[in-house]
Amino acid sequence: MSGFAQNTFNGLVSGAFYALLALGLAVIFGMLRVVNFAHGAFYMLGAFGAYVLLTEAGVPFWAALVIMPVGLGLLGMALERAVIHRLTRLDPLYNFLLTFGLTLILQDLVKLRYGVQSSPYATPSLLSGTVNFGLFDFPTYRVFILGFALLLCVAVWWVLTRTRIGMVVRAATERPDLTRAFGIDVGRWVTPVFGFGIGLAGLAGVLAAPMRAVNPLMGADLIIVVFAVVVIGGLGSIFGSVAAGFGIGLVQAWGEAYLSNFPIVSQTIVFIVMAVVLLWRPAGLFGREEAPA
Amino acid sequence: MLRIENLSAWYGEAQVLRDVSLEVAAGEVVTLVGRNGAGKSTLLRCVMGLHSGQRGTVELDGRDVGKLPAHRRARLGLGWVPDDRGSYATLTVTENLTLPPRVGPDPWSLERVYEAFPALYSRRDSAATMLSGGEQQMLALARVLRMGARLLLCDEPTEGLSPLLVQQVGDLLREAKRHGVTVLLVEQNLHFATGVADRHYLLAEGRVAEAMDNSEVRSRERELLAYLGI
Repeated sequence: MSGFAQNTFNGLVSGAFYALLALGLAVIFGMLRVVNFAHGAFYMLGAFGAYVLLTEAGVPFWAALVIMPVGLGLLGMALERAVIHRLTRLDPLYNFLLTFGLTLILQDLVKLRYGVQSSPYATPSLLSGTVNFGLFDFPTYRVFILGFALLLCVAVWWVLTRTRIGMVVRAATERPDLTRAFGIDVGRWVTPVFGFGIGLAGLAGVLAAPMRAVNPLMGADLIIVVFAVVVIGGLGSIFGSVAAGFGIGLVQAWGEAYLSNFPIVSQTIVFIVMAVVLLWRPAGLFGREEAPA
Repeated sequence: MLRIENLSAWYGEAQVLRDVSLEVAAGEVVTLVGRNGAGKSTLLRCVMGLHSGQRGTVELDGRDVGKLPAHRRARLGLGWVPDDRGSYATLTVTENLTLPPRVGPDPWSLERVYEAFPALYSRRDSAATMLSGGEQQMLALARVLRMGARLLLCDEPTEGLSPLLVQQVGDLLREAKRHGVTVLLVEQNLHFATGVADRHYLLAEGRVAEAMDNSEVRSRERELLAYLGI
């Protein structure tokens, strides 16, 4: 029983990262109709930035947790103004070329300066050690990640469902042209929403630094699963991306624990789930078919 | 209030409007009738600023709005009632109503909307797409009245509605007109059109074929119905 609880807990912790990254991809896709293949690179920059801040300037984890998302969010907004916005009305192929190209540039810039080896990042002292909830000893830091990510998802959900800004973002995500016809300047919200999505990726990166190996390719490894998460949840569905994020974290953890005799299945289980979901619901679990303008 | 001059529009290579000129005076209700594909909906989309690929003049209150984006036109008082009713699945009924800013001198309050549409009030926290087709049509009309739009662009508001609901839509448009609201209406139902409108334009193959008043439409109803293929 405690083994199951432990697997479940670890699944939820990886799910928290998937959820944060998929949430950012979902709001960006919803608002811009851009699939941001560079999302993993910003996650990596979040982790690397925290590492560099600590080792070269002595900036602690807690400060990095604020500095990196805000800084990367601003960088994201600048990139949106400079290049991303040119993708509207272009063939989707350019979307792929541009954002994938950005990924390679960002990764290689980091490689150029720091090489490809992984760097350790110490768990903040406040969160070292374990907590015991009765079943087994939970690493405190992972409990913190899970709680923090859940809190963040709830906060984003609250803003989206309970505020006027959230209502406008939902409307613009669902029917951009129609929303313009109701007097709302949809374009004004595009840049901040892109920056917000990038900020979330940076935040996930900072959170990952103490428990994952910090290296230039850490985002590239993760983002493939995150895209599967986004497709399963339904491209552009905010609730779907969060639910599928935690769900896939669980499926992966259980698969590794209980299907370890079938490595072919346990290593590909995310994509098996994706294929099944797509056959059953082509728009994803919580996605809708695209509505006309 | 609205003046369109030599408006042409294209979908890719295909021209759907050819040098259309028409006028709608303040307080008038004017319909566009014509077969499917005659360009009626495209004309409304051009006025709203939702169609790229057009040439010609669209004037609102004597001001050329042809270069303005849709959201600026809405803020000048255009109220959009799209043919698919434009319900947002991710917004509740109340949110659908309160999404557009108030743009006119005489916007309806939410209380007034709910008094006029008890069915909407009882479903106010449901997703708008969970409403029946008729309720969604009422929602689309109520939304532009709450905006206080001065010129309503209604794309087939009676399509697919029961006779009772068609009558309700008619009552609503007549009430709006009494309050000075101007309406440009795409309509296939001639009986309904003559009941609410002052004048009619017949569109054929992207051109204004004829301008008619109510008595002319009534006396030629049989011929027009045959032409429209209804």
